[in-house]
Amino acid sequence: MTNLIRHRLFWPIAVLVVLLASNLVFSDNFFTITLQDGHLYGSLIDVLRRSAPLVLVALGMTLVIATGGIDLSVGSVMAISGALACLLIGDLSNPDSTTKVLLVVGAAIVLCLVFGLWNGFLVAVLGIQPIIATLILMVAGRGVAQLITGGQILNVHSSPYRVIGAGYFLSVPVSFLIAAAAVALTVALTRRTALGLLLESVGGSPTASRLAGIRARRITIMVYVFAAAFAGVAGLIYSSDVSSADSNAAGNLIELNAILAVVLGGTALTGGRFSIAGSVLGAVIITTLDITAVSVGVPVETTLLFKAVVVIILCLAQSATFRAKVFGRFAAKRTVTA
Amino acid sequence: MIDTTTPPTAGPKTRGSGRRIYRPNTRHIPVLATLALLIVMYSVGVYNYDGFGDTQVILNVFVDNAFLLVVAVGMTFVILTGGIDLSVGAVIALTTTVAATLLAAGWPPGVVLPLVLLIGTVIGLGMGSIIHFFKVEPFIATLAGMFLARGLSLLINRNSIPITDDFWTRMAQMRFRFDQGVFISLNVVIALIVVLIAALVLAWTRFGRNVYAIGGNADSALLMGLPVGRTRIAVYTLSGFCASLGGVLYSFYTSSGYSLHGQGLELDAIAAVVIGGVLLTGGSGYVLGTLLGVLVLGLIQTIITFQGDLNSWWTRIVVGILLFAFIVLQRLVTRKAR
Amino acid sequence: MVLQMTGIKKVFPGVVALDGVDFRLAPGEIHALMGENGAGKSTLIKVLTGVYDIDGGEIELGGEKVRFTGPLQAQQAGISTVYQEVNLCPNLSVAENIYIGREPRRFGRIQWSEMRKRAKRSLARLDLDIDVSAQLDSFSLAIQQMVAIARAVDLQAKVLILDEPTSSLDKDEVDQLFAIMHRLKDQNTAILFVSHFLDQVYEIADRMTVLRNGKLIGEYRTADLPQMQLVSKMIGKELEALEKIEEQTREVPVRGEPLIRATNLGRTGAIAPFDLTIHAGEVVGLAGLLGSGRTELARLLFGADRPDSGELTIDGKPARLSSPRDAMTKGIAFSSENRRTEGIIGELTVRENIILAMQAERGWTRPIPRRRQDELVDRYVKALQIRPADPERLVRDLSGGNQQKVLLARWLITEPRLLIIDEPTRGIDVGAKAEIQRLVAQLADGGMAVLFVSAELEEVLRLSHKIEVLRDRRLVEELTNGDDVDADRIMQTIAGGVTP
Repeated sequence: MTNLIRHRLFWPIAVLVVLLASNLVFSDNFFTITLQDGHLYGSLIDVLRRSAPLVLVALGMTLVIATGGIDLSVGSVMAISGALACLLIGDLSNPDSTTKVLLVVGAAIVLCLVFGLWNGFLVAVLGIQPIIATLILMVAGRGVAQLITGGQILNVHSSPYRVIGAGYFLSVPVSFLIAAAAVALTVALTRRTALGLLLESVGGSPTASRLAGIRARRITIMVYVFAAAFAGVAGLIYSSDVSSADSNAAGNLIELNAILAVVLGGTALTGGRFSIAGSVLGAVIITTLDITAVSVGVPVETTLLFKAVVVIILCLAQSATFRAKVFGRFAAKRTVTA
Repeated sequence: MIDTTTPPTAGPKTRGSGRRIYRPNTRHIPVLATLALLIVMYSVGVYNYDGFGDTQVILNVFVDNAFLLVVAVGMTFVILTGGIDLSVGAVIALTTTVAATLLAAGWPPGVVLPLVLLIGTVIGLGMGSIIHFFKVEPFIATLAGMFLARGLSLLINRNSIPITDDFWTRMAQMRFRFDQGVFISLNVVIALIVVLIAALVLAWTRFGRNVYAIGGNADSALLMGLPVGRTRIAVYTLSGFCASLGGVLYSFYTSSGYSLHGQGLELDAIAAVVIGGVLLTGGSGYVLGTLLGVLVLGLIQTIITFQGDLNSWWTRIVVGILLFAFIVLQRLVTRKAR
Repeated sequence: MVLQMTGIKKVFPGVVALDGVDFRLAPGEIHALMGENGAGKSTLIKVLTGVYDIDGGEIELGGEKVRFTGPLQAQQAGISTVYQEVNLCPNLSVAENIYIGREPRRFGRIQWSEMRKRAKRSLARLDLDIDVSAQLDSFSLAIQQMVAIARAVDLQAKVLILDEPTSSLDKDEVDQLFAIMHRLKDQNTAILFVSHFLDQVYEIADRMTVLRNGKLIGEYRTADLPQMQLVSKMIGKELEALEKIEEQTREVPVRGEPLIRATNLGRTGAIAPFDLTIHAGEVVGLAGLLGSGRTELARLLFGADRPDSGELTIDGKPARLSSPRDAMTKGIAFSSENRRTEGIIGELTVRENIILAMQAERGWTRPIPRRRQDELVDRYVKALQIRPADPERLVRDLSGGNQQKVLLARWLITEPRLLIIDEPTRGIDVGAKAEIQRLVAQLADGGMAVLFVSAELEEVLRLSHKIEVLRDRRLVEELTNGDDVDADRIMQTIAGGVTP
């Protein structure tokens, strides 16, 4: 039993279960899944579908945080990728051509890779603190997105594009499949290759890693490129889902939610050991929380309060000083009496 | 045998190749750069646009950015210690919402005003305490503060609340006129007083010098017997107070309370501080620089308005570029100093 | 006695840094605190200055029991300190660094001109005439150190602590410092002085207290303790015992082209230019006190720091090592003395730590197959007797000796041609020590070149074909191990040529 509680994923799973259970009380058909027109419907499916962008962004954020960094620019990158895709599709003579839409998607992702390289360059080569380095793109990125869309909300009508965020494949939401594929890819990359080990090593101790011969610079750059690429895909899912590019709404506050998801999943902000499963769970918890708020009927905004409490509790739990102060007091008393 | 009384002379001799030679103060370079930038921008404006040279154009930059200036002053203190405060935008929202709600409920302004100022101060005090006592990273602690403040204000009211209170209206409409059509608002006067006090505190008091010392090297400051913890908490408290004062000015400026006020304002404040030449790692910079930074941001907007065919998103892009330029400049300056 | 510390105990997780140490300081004396790095000097000082709280014992200052909660309290109680590394604020002006926290004020407003005037006067006492309104980091380390001294002196404390104040000063500056110390001594200030330079200690100190491994060895009058005896007390071998060390001179390997040759290699402030050759199959020992430049020399050979003078050839070909990675591709491995910060990665498992260097060399795209990992790790866990023998245990949970073995294993699986090991046996038990020594001998017999860095002369003597002796960041002597070389001989060189 104690082993179960001490498992690193115990608390995230417990929170998720409690959240889902509370839905059972408040809404009767939360757990009903029906098949309509060959698509699966239901609140649970909704959770999966709407978690997709946050899961993607949290994946990239996990890798960045594992190296001891942070990426604030993911929201802006989301906005840019969606904006570019919508702009290019708008220019297509035939927006329903699958090949052309795929090309557009490719172009958007390539642009995001470039932004990732930029972040990585600032952090790894120029040696600027990650928070500050990614702040630059965070500020400028939304401007770039608005520049692309001309400040408008670009609406697109393209059935192949719509599939990304709102389509179904074998009755399952495509966005969910994309997120699942991304999770699988990340797991494969970090656990099937040695990347995960090297990442944890760099995050655990940069000095020791250097002395062990690890090329930390390359790895750091790579991680930011990943984060940007996943954010780009998340941006495409978001914009496809609403069939438009909204430079202000896309990815708004997602960087904070993603960081929260990563921390919820048990990865420490100081870098080192990371848990992909934990981050995915964290992202699902946050999405479920938002959806629960709606189904329970409380204003969505109260979830912010909940998040604030969660962040504070998590940070205090992770803070060695806090533990020492709270639990150390007992220890001190014991030695005094002894 | 070799004379062993003498330590190796090779070391210190060559290491101190620049010894006893006065080096020009590198810390002024960023501020001077900002000043030069401001002058160039203003000249370009005057040269290109009719009516740009009017005194009121410059004064309007002050009028429109007074609240930002106050917030940025608080942020300056925080950044000088090497910290960051993400909660300021949310605190503004909370301040305006609480003020508007209480005023609408008929509370006397004489009670409401100190109360809302207290709210921000208390939030700042709380964040500072968590940062100091539990060694939680400022980024995370103030992120929690941001969620908390934003969540609270949304919980109070999700809609914009107009302020019709007499006192508030009088304050909002108070003008100090110099000439026909040349005026500043009360907000500007308050903001400038805040700047003045802050500059004096930083330059002439022990507290101010401790702020710099902590930013220069917190460990040393502790060993030198400076009250590091107290100063650090005070700095976040001060930033919280400035944010709520900024919120009050914002409610004068907009005559409303709204839970979505001040979104992304923390970024503007950070940008202004950085462009104003304050080192993001702490220990170097001036409130006067922050003032210049705010003016640069304001002037960018003014130029874009005058240009007409340029769109507002250019502001963000230009701010991003300036951020980049100044961060790289800081990197170079600090590298040279070592 | 102005200061009396009795039975001071300080425990850090896993280490007893101070174990029942007594220390007393009389007014008007200069008292040297002696011991190697890690002996507990810095901890004792930090206890005294309120940085650390004690876990046991008592401190009496001026006859009153005190317990400091922070540096501020210690300062107010009359203890001022100059730390080893300059502990000032580089971004503030010289004057501020001297007066911050006690600036002259009027109506709460700092009087800058008064402060500058006082700072000027304070520095003049140290014969230093610099622009006190200039930023501290615009001056050399030596001047920064003098500023720190000026600050400490200006506090007019009852007790002045000088922790390695001379490491960045040149001869004249040291003389000035000593003159001031004498003046303060005459004014009845109690001075606690720490220095690696033994001759300085003998020049200025009245008495000395020796610590070793967190324990008090004794308190002596400087005049009663010859330099040679002091060193043996610091290192922990009585003279008779040292002489009895069995010498086991090992066969000198076939000479030829050296594997690695350093010519005039050096790095300012770390190690003066030196010449060194190491052949395949040869064990070269680096002897000297901690802080004598041993680690710095080793780091240059591994590319961890870049040299600013001289050349390096490997197999007769010039080689430029700009990163540890470069050195690794040339077949050089380096196990750091700072196990915790530069060696192991605590939150990774034993297995992950062991394969780390090999994996880094292969790159992330070519992971070592899990089966091969297990094979390698298993082999070395057995060979080095790593306990507990569980490869999935986190390394931070292992004892120091076992962490060291993990580090050795990490490098051994990369099959290096030159293995540099810095203090591999420090802080580990006797059994593990012997195992590591045996291993080193075996490796060399198998043709590996080994650069063995250690403060323990007996193990250097037992293992090395050739011994390089360092003192004060300078390679002072090279000895070929043979009948005429014994611990005494090396100790003489380390201590500076003074025979007992």
